[in-house]
Amino acid sequence: MSVPKGDVFLAGVGGQGTLLASEILCEAFLLSGFDVKKSEVHGMAQRGGAVTTHLRFGPKVFSPLIEPGKADLLIAFEKIEALRFAHYLRPGGAMVVNAQEIFPPSVATGQERYPEDVAARLRAVTDRLHMVDALAVALSMREVRAVNMVMAGAASHFLPLPESAYEAALKARLPEKLVAVNVQAFRAGRALLQLT
Amino acid sequence: MSVLVKKEEIRLLSGNEAIARGAFEAGVKVASAYPGTPSTEILENFVRFDGVYAEWAPNEKVAVEVAIGASMGGVRALATMKHVGVNVAADPIFTASYTGVRGGLVIVTADDPELHSSQNEQDNRHYAVAAKIPMLEPSDSFEAKEFTRLAFDLSEKYDTPVFLRTTTRISHAKGVVRLEEPSGPAFTPGFTPDPSKWVMLPVNAKLRHFVVEERTKALREFAETWDGNRIEWGDRSLGIVTSGVSYQYVKEAFPDASVLKIGLAWPLPERLFREFAAGVSRLVVVEELDPHVETHVKALGIPAQGKELIPIVGELDPRIVRQAITGEADPVRAPEKVPPRPPNLCPGCPHRGLFFALKKLKVTVTGDIGCYTLATLPPLGAMDSCICMGASIGNAHGMEKALGKDGQGKVVAVIGDSTFLHSGVTGLMNIVYNHGTSTVILLDNDITAMTGAQENPATGKTLHGEPTRRVDFTALCRSLGVEHVYTVNPHDMKETEAVLRREVARPEPSVIITKAPCALLPEHRRKKRPVYEVIADLCTGCKACSRLGCPAIEWVPFTPEEAVAAGKKETQKGMARISPLLCDGCNQCPPLCKFQAILEKKA
Repeated sequence: MSVPKGDVFLAGVGGQGTLLASEILCEAFLLSGFDVKKSEVHGMAQRGGAVTTHLRFGPKVFSPLIEPGKADLLIAFEKIEALRFAHYLRPGGAMVVNAQEIFPPSVATGQERYPEDVAARLRAVTDRLHMVDALAVALSMREVRAVNMVMAGAASHFLPLPESAYEAALKARLPEKLVAVNVQAFRAGRALLQLT
Repeated sequence: MSVLVKKEEIRLLSGNEAIARGAFEAGVKVASAYPGTPSTEILENFVRFDGVYAEWAPNEKVAVEVAIGASMGGVRALATMKHVGVNVAADPIFTASYTGVRGGLVIVTADDPELHSSQNEQDNRHYAVAAKIPMLEPSDSFEAKEFTRLAFDLSEKYDTPVFLRTTTRISHAKGVVRLEEPSGPAFTPGFTPDPSKWVMLPVNAKLRHFVVEERTKALREFAETWDGNRIEWGDRSLGIVTSGVSYQYVKEAFPDASVLKIGLAWPLPERLFREFAAGVSRLVVVEELDPHVETHVKALGIPAQGKELIPIVGELDPRIVRQAITGEADPVRAPEKVPPRPPNLCPGCPHRGLFFALKKLKVTVTGDIGCYTLATLPPLGAMDSCICMGASIGNAHGMEKALGKDGQGKVVAVIGDSTFLHSGVTGLMNIVYNHGTSTVILLDNDITAMTGAQENPATGKTLHGEPTRRVDFTALCRSLGVEHVYTVNPHDMKETEAVLRREVARPEPSVIITKAPCALLPEHRRKKRPVYEVIADLCTGCKACSRLGCPAIEWVPFTPEEAVAAGKKETQKGMARISPLLCDGCNQCPPLCKFQAILEKKA
């Protein structure tokens, strides 16, 4: 039986918890017997700027970086960030995008408008576009920080692991008191998309 | 696939976590470092192991001196730093090369190609050549742990400090690592006096220089036979010499090519180069940044390609490597045009208030290394220089001397608490000593913030989390001879501006300490803080608050119709809004609004 491989690109804004989301996904692959690598940048780049994680899994992974045009799945925590890194997606790749809008400085200071055609432009990149409102789900749980696990749950439909693998990863990586709320967020995110 | 992996043996670790683990397994007892991206997490992880001592030193030079002392004392010792930290620590490192070691001594240099979080992208493999110190270069987390263990063995066997060089994509990339049991060091602690080895008087040092040259010869032999330098024969029409993370890119881009993987970046294996070159029809050297391996290959008279194909600036990736070597374009979708999202000072950041005031003063601001360097970006745009740790103070003094009387009251230096302790104190001493009059602003936010909240000598806590004495900045500055030292709360915009105006005009040296905790500190986040809101009816769209550049303040643009619908003049272009999710309640923006439109939000 051949081991599936794949490249997952995560994009978001510093402070949205993309690092933890990618950490849990990696752990789930590791626990399921895959080779896995991920790469991201810490330090100054995290201060409210665009942040990305390259996550690669398979029987054997060499490069910690995904090449442009090769990602099978783009998980974007913010709409503009989906568009900023859309060129990393391979033709026919899937995109799971949080409908949340976080204004970049030029928009927040009124020099330009938040682009209104983001969804249409994303659809031009792939017809496998799935927009979800992860912030609304997180707010309904009264835990705004849960956006990351809601996104991971929604995106998990496009990864070759059973739901139990992610929950095992959450249990392995989080302090016990945080497991329940994160499992709940993950399940709520997974329930956002019904794929046939 | 079934789950067959034994969890306790296999971990997904970053390169930094793997180095920490490797140091623990190697029995390291003393570790010292100054935080710096991408090296910081090594000590943060190392300190969690039982039975180790680890500390934040005020700077990298002190960290290396501590590690040398521990090595003299007979235990294995580690010093870690970012690439530019080695510049600071170079003085003890170059002479430690002569003394050699007793307990194994390893210095980690974490380089930052692509300048993700640095002021330059220097290639520290040059230091190995210049200091005549061997350098190991892992290509993933697995090797990061293995090479760390090996580095300590080599250090003791060859009586030399050993460099371990990572880059950002090694330090901050995660990969699978197999954990092993720690093994004890070869020595028992204790110092054996030996002036010919430890006291580098010229007479002793000259003799040690011969020892260093003999050592390098012995290490060259090691380089020829060690399996970390290895040939992976494949298709012989293309042979690639590579090292570090570039090896992974090469394997991805050219899975069938023959590869000579270099794990020891210094000294390099000459016979292996010749054997490999003889076995392939085309030889290419793939390495990030400078042509280090390439230069040495070409010096042997071996025909090879390198930097004429491979970029010298920035990081590589498999695509760059493939295109460079095949010469064939591999077009992908062009990046979409979207508004940029550069890093920014956080909502509630105490630095913002200070820089807003500085901008109003229209002074020249010599800056330094820290989150506050971001104040150079619009709309604050209130920093004019940034060179290296501590440079702000010397820069201000030099500019003042250059400008003479015209410069009086026109230049201020801005430096963070940790940066000041790292290498700003001597600059301030120099101002006092040499009749300078510059104003130095010390941003004290109670933490080393940019690298992710590390303790420092002024925070009152050690890396082990124990309480300790804290540096009293006011007393320190006064002891250097600065008579005018004042502390302000930078969230209080009015007071801050008033003190700034007074001190900048003063024809004597002065220090203003802006004291307020970093907005990311857990103690601050746990505090109950107000949230502010813009009262829509009162906002005239004047944008006074927008000029703070706070991420929580958003501009809502109006079309003329929307303006009228909102009950505004048709000409009003928009209004401000405060995001309740982002507002930190710092109270910097309300005083900026002439229309009293920003008020505390009622629960």
